[in-house]
Amino acid sequence: MTLAPARPVTPTAPAPTATPTRGGRRVAFGWAVACVVALSVVSLFVGVSALSPGDVLAALTGASGAAGRDDLVVLLVSRVPRTVAVLLAGTGMAVAGMLMQVLVRNRFVEPSTAGTVESAVLGILVVTLVAPGAPLMAKMGVAAAFALAGTALFLRVLRAVPLRSVLVVPLVGLMLGGVISAATTFVAYRTDLLQSLGAWTTGDFSGVLRGRYELLWVAFALTLVAYLAADRFTVAGMGRDVATTLGLSYRAVMNLGLVLVSLVSAVVVVTVGIVPFLGLVVPNVVSRLLGDDVRRTAPWVAVLGAGLVLVCDLVGRVVRYPYEVPVGVVVGVVGSVALLHLLLRRDARVA
Amino acid sequence: MIRVSGAVKAYGATRVVDGVDLELAPGGVTSIIGPNGAGKSTLLSCVARLLELDGGTVTVDGLDVHRTPGDVLARRLSVLRQDNHLTARLTVRDLVGFGRYPWSKGRPTPDDERHVVEALAFLELEAFADRYLDELSGGQRQRAFVAMVLCQGTDYVLLDEPLNNLDLRHAVAMMRLLRRAADELGRTVVVVLHDVNVAAAYSDVVVAMRDGVVVHQGPPSQLMRTDVLRDVYDLELTVHHLDGRPVAVPVL
Repeated sequence: MTLAPARPVTPTAPAPTATPTRGGRRVAFGWAVACVVALSVVSLFVGVSALSPGDVLAALTGASGAAGRDDLVVLLVSRVPRTVAVLLAGTGMAVAGMLMQVLVRNRFVEPSTAGTVESAVLGILVVTLVAPGAPLMAKMGVAAAFALAGTALFLRVLRAVPLRSVLVVPLVGLMLGGVISAATTFVAYRTDLLQSLGAWTTGDFSGVLRGRYELLWVAFALTLVAYLAADRFTVAGMGRDVATTLGLSYRAVMNLGLVLVSLVSAVVVVTVGIVPFLGLVVPNVVSRLLGDDVRRTAPWVAVLGAGLVLVCDLVGRVVRYPYEVPVGVVVGVVGSVALLHLLLRRDARVA
Repeated sequence: MIRVSGAVKAYGATRVVDGVDLELAPGGVTSIIGPNGAGKSTLLSCVARLLELDGGTVTVDGLDVHRTPGDVLARRLSVLRQDNHLTARLTVRDLVGFGRYPWSKGRPTPDDERHVVEALAFLELEAFADRYLDELSGGQRQRAFVAMVLCQGTDYVLLDEPLNNLDLRHAVAMMRLLRRAADELGRTVVVVLHDVNVAAAYSDVVVAMRDGVVVHQGPPSQLMRTDVLRDVYDLELTVHHLDGRPVAVPVL
């Protein structure tokens, strides 16, 4: 059966404004990607060991001899892995935040305001205590399992909270995260692991070297999975009833989303530590500009997430040169200001 | 054909739907009316498989709605609930486009696009197509959601109190629209309504519920009688005929 139009529909019926905006969006997206690429190149040449594009060129042509080989080692073992790690972690955490906001139907949740990353840290602590020699993959698996359990607990608590106001949801998440962190800190204190705990909880790319970040590609693969299922997430974000009407298994999409979010969070925490608020700031900005159709916004969230972490990491590297401020601190400052802005915005209650 | 047999839905000890048997023939507009708490919306949600039944069955064209795969049913039956608060910022065009999800699975074909354009035209939403839902008035937003369920292209369209929060002008426009969806598009429209006069004016069949059971089913002319309405509402209503249409007025 087809829908017969009430009035004759002219062939130009799709709004004439849509095409230019779509084209405009594509151009803007191109610029955003170009900016991130440019920043990535800059990132390759910012660090304690002096390295300039000229050095690299000289090394590649063999003009600088042994010193040139050292330059290439710095580039390939430290700078390139670090930059790639920043991009992958930023992409993953921003998209994970967006998924969480869509599925929980609340603008203010993200893995670090829902107990997810705190649970992942607890998981790392547990696996360190129980099986200190476990390979990285096993650590990540345990962290992911804990992250999943923590997120499920968060959703469970939410169902039990009678007044589900927009702002109560992230508050519940922050409190739950606080409780989990407290337990983690207590155990770490009793087992003399407070220092390691500090390393896991503060997002920091200064330790990223070749061979220590490749797990982040898993996060990137998961982000791609999220993109492929984008429409399902948008539909699920319209609520259980709409999803059911459209023939989608709400539970299945919810579970897929939460597994993706937990895995990405776990991978990022295991490899670089907590990057707080990123999943909150970037998706909210993109949502304001482009709405919430996940298929349309996901690429933007990914690129802007990568860009923001990259900028924060560069700032952290430069601001106290030759020392470094961990990226988690920089993102934390930027992110908490942005969170306050979002919360205090006049229309926050209807967001 | 929608066939409900022995449907029971209970919340704790309260049986909100208490053994409903109902057959709704394809085509036309069917209204479900009754006092508050009669179980109208609950029954509609059970038919639309949004709620599990505690007993009995519901079939649509012979398919048991609670056993048939969701995506199969989504091509035959669509439903619009009362409160459609979206946290997601979507444009009208996006929203209506998602009505095609059961067919497109997220990969819209030109045919799907055509359905979207037609649904927007049918509800006269072209001017708002690229606006976000939170930038629309209540009436426009309601129309966008109706466009979405019509765009789903299902034979059966279920709506739960679509006139809620609409002023008189928009309420009339909505009922005319549902009438046209039945007459021009051949849809089977089942709608839960509050106002017995609206139901009588726009429906082919009226189903009256009270205390979780169906107490009356038939054309409006059979419903609009003082004794029938007393059974449904427990209230004295006088039926006047204005311009040949029955209008029930409460005795002061």
